[in-house]
Amino acid sequence: MQGLTGREGTFHAKAAAAYGTQVVGGVTPGKGGTTHEGWPIFNSVHDAVRETGADATVIFVPPPFAADAIMEAADAEIPLAVCITEGIPTTDMLKALTFMEGRRTRLIGPNCPGIITAGQGKAGIIPGHICREGRIGIVSKSGTLTYEAIHQLSKQGMGQTTCIGIGGDPLIGTSFIDALRLFAADADTEAVIMIGEIGGTAEQEAAAFIAGEFRKPVVGFIAGQTAPPGRRMGHAGAIIAGGQGTAAEKMDALAKAGVHVAKSPADMGVKMREALGR
Amino acid sequence: MLARFGVPVPRGEVAFTTAEAVEAAKRLGGQIAVVKAQIHAGGRGKGGGVKIAKSIPEVEQLAKQILGMTLVTHQTGPEGKKVGRVLIEEGLDIDRELYLSILIDRATASPVIIASAAGGMDIEEVAAKEPEKILREHINAGTGIVAFQGRKLAFGMGLSGAAVNKLVKLLDSIYKAFIETDASMIEINPLILTRGGDLLALDAKVSFDDNALYRHPDLKELRDISEEDPLEVEASKFSLNYIRLDGNIGCMVNGAGLAMATMDIIKLAGGEPANFLDVGGGANAEQIKNAFRILMADKNVKAVLINIFGGILRCDVLAQGVIAAVTELGVPVPIVVRMEGTNVEEGKKMLRASGLSFTTADSMGEAAEKVVALAGKR
Repeated sequence: MQGLTGREGTFHAKAAAAYGTQVVGGVTPGKGGTTHEGWPIFNSVHDAVRETGADATVIFVPPPFAADAIMEAADAEIPLAVCITEGIPTTDMLKALTFMEGRRTRLIGPNCPGIITAGQGKAGIIPGHICREGRIGIVSKSGTLTYEAIHQLSKQGMGQTTCIGIGGDPLIGTSFIDALRLFAADADTEAVIMIGEIGGTAEQEAAAFIAGEFRKPVVGFIAGQTAPPGRRMGHAGAIIAGGQGTAAEKMDALAKAGVHVAKSPADMGVKMREALGR
Repeated sequence: MLARFGVPVPRGEVAFTTAEAVEAAKRLGGQIAVVKAQIHAGGRGKGGGVKIAKSIPEVEQLAKQILGMTLVTHQTGPEGKKVGRVLIEEGLDIDRELYLSILIDRATASPVIIASAAGGMDIEEVAAKEPEKILREHINAGTGIVAFQGRKLAFGMGLSGAAVNKLVKLLDSIYKAFIETDASMIEINPLILTRGGDLLALDAKVSFDDNALYRHPDLKELRDISEEDPLEVEASKFSLNYIRLDGNIGCMVNGAGLAMATMDIIKLAGGEPANFLDVGGGANAEQIKNAFRILMADKNVKAVLINIFGGILRCDVLAQGVIAAVTELGVPVPIVVRMEGTNVEEGKKMLRASGLSFTTADSMGEAAEKVVALAGKR
């Protein structure tokens, strides 16, 4: 964990370990060689990977230094980097994503709750106790709406395979399509809930992908049907600009691609039951 | 700001009074001058906020007319915006009006320049009616804009001769300005070609990335809170994401996605949300109290819906904050609380034991219906 010695990092490292994740150490430049809550701390991601064999990192680094942390993780060739940090400048992410081109690290986020595989482990901040093992995958731009979807599935007697929060920033590492490809290849995942929001065109691109090659049932919800244009709704990426990125156009694209679109956020669980014909 | 990066702009000065406007026009040479309303919205020309004066007395008359007027454009909303300052600018001999903007293209994660020969008008309209007139050039963030890309755009917009290389140079300046100021968009409309063959940015709108303002104290200074909603300004002091809307149902939610979804479900239940409010994942009791105070300062609010899915934010902490706020502020409208997640039973117990009258709901749908019914009764 990059930033493990901070308050947030410590809290979530403990929670992840309690959920069954093998947390092997932290990176805090300048504190290398010390220990924190029993975990060894390293000066660099390179050192940490060499000493522990870590194959994933979770980044809890403040916004001004977060892009640097992402690039350091990519340079250490760690397969998975999950960046929780909210508030990274867009030009910093532009540099980070350009740097990552051609490198083997998959980035999830930033400004996301991370990833959890029910009953197995998590990299991020999704509370483990609300999940239960099952056969539904969730991919979402929003943290708390993901929790809402998990809760609704539980009420319908359904559990989850993996939940991926891809984040609400304009520039992110893992797209809806990337996540859908992973769910397509995961034999345990029977169907997927996809939660989008206003801003950008990622949902429309996902709709085209689903129509073309995704064969599992998908339930979709788009937040921000009542959002006024030109205003940033909390997430840096949630803005209707120049008349584009509205919920209506996204819902329309998803419906045309055969996605079971829930108009109400309260209907995601029920829609999934319908989609599975149960 | 653009001039600092080498973008040619007309000479001009900002004036807050008619007298200042006259002085500025005199300094510009007393020839033809343009009086432009300065508000945070586009479409000012159509709205009557941009006028040409042929003499100093005309500058005086137009400045008097525009300063203090409420300007309504398609971007201000029907209530319009009051004009507190005007820009007095030299008049130019315009041959053609072009369009230029730069922003981040999210799909390709790269900056993109959008250009068009159809400048001076609403670019959204051009894009809808004549999409072939819109040119796009993606920029590799590693190299920055390259000269051939500038030439491609110049020829595409019908420029020729010396104007081609002038555009290449101007694009280089704009790209630098975009990256170095952490802008989210720079829009120059119109970019003009004068009869003398010069390119100038006649008007520009720039928006900056909020997340990067910490490293631009000079830009932070430019913030004009008279252009913002006072409640939104107040909320920003407490790191609360609050946006005021027109409805009468106040809502308090954790997480931006859930907050938007809560607005949506209020609307689906037949009500109108009064605001967007995300108290964030790590809100404490003090922040909840401030959020409540800001919600209730909007006199349109007839009922409040609290929708919290406790993850990191625990329901008992939320309940503690809500009880403290209601006790201290004496909230006079009905409150519907829907809580789920971490420590939900403890939170519910605290609300019941408080002796205050909350309406509770077990699902988002039920909560929305209850709050809409309560708001309707008042």
